[in-house]
Amino acid sequence: MSDDVNGLNESIQYVTVVIGGQLFGLPIERVHDVFVPDSITRVPLSRPEIAGVLNLRGRIVTAIDMRRRLHLPPRESGGTAMAVGIESKGESYGLLIDNVGEVLDLPTAGREANPVNLDARWAAISGGVHRLNGQLMVILDVDRVLGGMSEAAAA
Amino acid sequence: MDDLLREFLTETNESLDVVDVELVKFEQDPNNEKILGNIFRLVHTIKGTCGFLGLPRLEAIAHAAETLMGKFRDGVPVTEAAVTLVLQSIDRIKQLVADLEASETEPAGSDEDLISQLERMAEAGKPAEPVTEVPKHTEGALIYQVLERQLRPGEVSLDELERAFRETVVEPDRSAEAAPAAAAEPAPAPAARPARAAQPKAEAKEKDGEGEAKAGGVSAQTIRVAVDTLEHLMTMVSELVLTRNQLLEIVRRHEDSEFKVPLQRLSNVTAELQEGVMKTRMQPIGNAWQKLPRIVRDLSSELGKHIELEMIGQETELDRQVLELIKDPLTHMVRNSADHGLEGPDQRKAAGKPDKGTIRLSAYHEGGHIIIEIADDGRGLDLEKIRNKIVDNGLATEFELEKMSEAQIFKYVFAPGFSTAAKVTNVSGRGVGMDVVKTNIDAIGGTVDLKSVAGKGTTFTIKIPLTLAIVSTLIVESAGDRFAIPQLSVVELVRAQQNSEHRIERIRDTPVLRLRNKLLPLVHLSRLLDITSIGAEATQPVSEEDGFIVVMQVGQQTFGVVVDAVFHTEEIVVKPMSTMLRHINMFSGNTILGDGSVIMIVDPNGIAQAIGPSQTAGTSEEADHEEERTRETAQMVSLLLFRAGSDEPKAVPLSLVTRLEEFSIDKVERSNGRDLVQYRGSLMPLVYFDEFAQRKTEGSLPMLVFSDAGRSMGLVVDEIIDIVEDRLEIEVGSERAGMLGSAVIKGKATEVVDIGHFLPQAFEDWFRRKEISSEALTRSLLFIDDAPFFRNMLGPVLKAAGYRVTVCASAPEALDMLEHGRRFDVIVSDIEMPEMNGFEFAEAVKRHPRLRQIPILALSSMCTPASIERGRQSGFDDYIAKFDRPGLIAALKEVTTHEFGVAA
Repeated sequence: MSDDVNGLNESIQYVTVVIGGQLFGLPIERVHDVFVPDSITRVPLSRPEIAGVLNLRGRIVTAIDMRRRLHLPPRESGGTAMAVGIESKGESYGLLIDNVGEVLDLPTAGREANPVNLDARWAAISGGVHRLNGQLMVILDVDRVLGGMSEAAAA
Repeated sequence: MDDLLREFLTETNESLDVVDVELVKFEQDPNNEKILGNIFRLVHTIKGTCGFLGLPRLEAIAHAAETLMGKFRDGVPVTEAAVTLVLQSIDRIKQLVADLEASETEPAGSDEDLISQLERMAEAGKPAEPVTEVPKHTEGALIYQVLERQLRPGEVSLDELERAFRETVVEPDRSAEAAPAAAAEPAPAPAARPARAAQPKAEAKEKDGEGEAKAGGVSAQTIRVAVDTLEHLMTMVSELVLTRNQLLEIVRRHEDSEFKVPLQRLSNVTAELQEGVMKTRMQPIGNAWQKLPRIVRDLSSELGKHIELEMIGQETELDRQVLELIKDPLTHMVRNSADHGLEGPDQRKAAGKPDKGTIRLSAYHEGGHIIIEIADDGRGLDLEKIRNKIVDNGLATEFELEKMSEAQIFKYVFAPGFSTAAKVTNVSGRGVGMDVVKTNIDAIGGTVDLKSVAGKGTTFTIKIPLTLAIVSTLIVESAGDRFAIPQLSVVELVRAQQNSEHRIERIRDTPVLRLRNKLLPLVHLSRLLDITSIGAEATQPVSEEDGFIVVMQVGQQTFGVVVDAVFHTEEIVVKPMSTMLRHINMFSGNTILGDGSVIMIVDPNGIAQAIGPSQTAGTSEEADHEEERTRETAQMVSLLLFRAGSDEPKAVPLSLVTRLEEFSIDKVERSNGRDLVQYRGSLMPLVYFDEFAQRKTEGSLPMLVFSDAGRSMGLVVDEIIDIVEDRLEIEVGSERAGMLGSAVIKGKATEVVDIGHFLPQAFEDWFRRKEISSEALTRSLLFIDDAPFFRNMLGPVLKAAGYRVTVCASAPEALDMLEHGRRFDVIVSDIEMPEMNGFEFAEAVKRHPRLRQIPILALSSMCTPASIERGRQSGFDDYIAKFDRPGLIAALKEVTTHEFGVAA
């Protein structure tokens, strides 16, 4: 991710998504595509956050239920999920989210650290907070979202 | 790495392997000039190239070895010591080459020790000729040396060297590139040595230059391709296959699609392409055997045994990935055979065998597999020793061993830490080995088996898939999800239904299946994977008892996996799983199916582990077959042992028992003067073995359930002891009602129970309704199929339908059987078979005057109108699709009743 080399004018584009009513932002360069997940195959014995695997244009993508990852209640039945496709270490993942919003161009300077009292499980995968008009956007640190899971899997 | 150097390394490695083999051959056949010439040429090429690349150490050794071999050529007798020395030099060269490969420079050091030995040997052989008559030279200038050198009459050295250069120097510029590389190398060798290097006694005397022409031809027709390139190509082809499958699936749904024809074409081309690319990955298995002659030779001198290594089927090809993986296991097994398979010469003589022991390696294709056999004619495995070792290591108890067949006991040699070698030799007996061999072979989805006859020898049989890239799998469904099971470990499929012959039974809560008088441990795939159906309808209790059982064999373990449905087989390309899922050892990978969905591939090894390593009940399919064979000759019977009424064990043939159950006492209800339990929705009468014995008031009642034509009764016993396999010979008759007499079973006097006595106690008319069903049993059926999979799958189906089934693996074999007077009431034959296909077979049968009357049914996976017509013309009475089991049974019924002219 870009460093704040020359400070003030630096900005990062975020793809905003909604998970359980909360607005999150993913750095745009990490987002490969946004798609409607179709026919997800369950993977028995996998971690609960793993919704399954699916075929995205000939690639096998591991789908991660972000609500479970964030310890949020499951989506009401009927609501169709969306997925954000990301790549990590040569593998494809799909983060299941509720909705995709607009792309925001936010100055790096406006980023604030996680509030100290943020739920530790959220803090672990959040890269900071942006104050927007009327609401807060939590930055999702993609690597930590995935990293935490494979570590636990390895353990 | 420099291209030139890399090429040199590859080429040299190959040459060295060949030299190894050739030298061993040469030692046995010292007068074979052709072999000598061959070795000479190879060593010479190595030497020449080394000189060119400026690798003085290598060059010096190669040179000295060459000199010595030159003496052989001049007629000096070939001694074992001399060959050993040459082999040592080859080893040194190998070591140097390995270092060179790692560090890209020739390592520092001196080889004076070897070289002086070589020289001494050469001089001792024929002192007349001075060894070093060498002109000085500088590195890289070898070419010119050769030209200057005076040739002896009859030598063709120049050609040889030129060839070496032609192959090495790809383009002139390259040599310039190579020069800095050479210069960059430290010049570690003592100055004295390079000087001697350029004495190419290149008397690779090729008979009329034919060899050279051939070599030139080969190099023109082959190119070296990096393995990565091939791997990439393979991946892409795999993707193509998947895409093709998806397209086919789509077109299948749209009846009149204009894509149909071009897609068919695409499909064919893809298949051909796939085959072609697969072929590039194929290598003869001989490549993996190359090092063996040398190893065996070294072993025979080390162990003081005379060993001959026979190799058959070296040209058999298999995927190079697989080849790499079996190289080491094979080497280990050959070492093993040499070390403790074969006896020493004295022992062999005492046993009346030739003092030279033989290890025979053979390889051949069978189905989609390659079979490799390693056979020795040594002493065979020592059953006693193995048993003791098993008990010592706590792998099984004496009691458990009692029940095992010889073959089962032998299989313990694959257990970790198992070695029966009395003394640990340099070669083997360290207790690591066979288990590693087995692990390696398991890892690639193969199996290893062994047969041993005391005093005659041991044979190991390895069965491995030809390729790992594409796997044939069986698609099954469990709890609403589909899974792929590699066909390789699937032995047969059994349909389990509540009221059919194959029923899922329970001992305590463990489900088992009685399969050919064996108890097969079962596991529900849904339980194993901890899944339940999504959606409202919860798993109904019915599905617990109904389902398909996929009988699988992993190594020595056989078990049944219960699934809800079996679809079809599909060739799939295994894709590795995401790192997040890799810890789940129930799956070996995943893939995309023709319909575009992702499916998980079940790992048979994972299931085997989950079921548990203590599988004394699960016998291998082979043992099963063996038993079936012996049963025919020796009347072996599976007997259920139990205790009832008294302490003596009682026995009843297992085949009569439908099920073993246990009911708690409070489930027993009393009605109309008899005890009943509710059983599968109806009331089952209970009969007590000993009517007058004290009834238990609490706990549970073990019972044998007998069912027939929809009725069941429970025979209450005190305790179920065991299921054993033994001869049933009633030695003392009995006067007592309910007893047939006494027999010796497993060394103990046992009362054999007359079930016929108890059945009418439950239902008086039990026997009166009998006569209807069993007449079919008298009909004999000959079933011919070349695929063991179908033989195993359909054989039992036919048996279950009431036929005495004889299975046969080929049409000629069947014909032979028929012509030699075996009588059958009906024949069922596969169509696609090697040697003689089903049509030819049917024609042959119909030509035969005596056999003409036998009805004959075709069973084929190829069911086109044309083939059905062809079948009719060949004389088949009916033509049935392979998976249409009800159709088969119906057709059988029709032809057999028709044949006998009896109306049912």
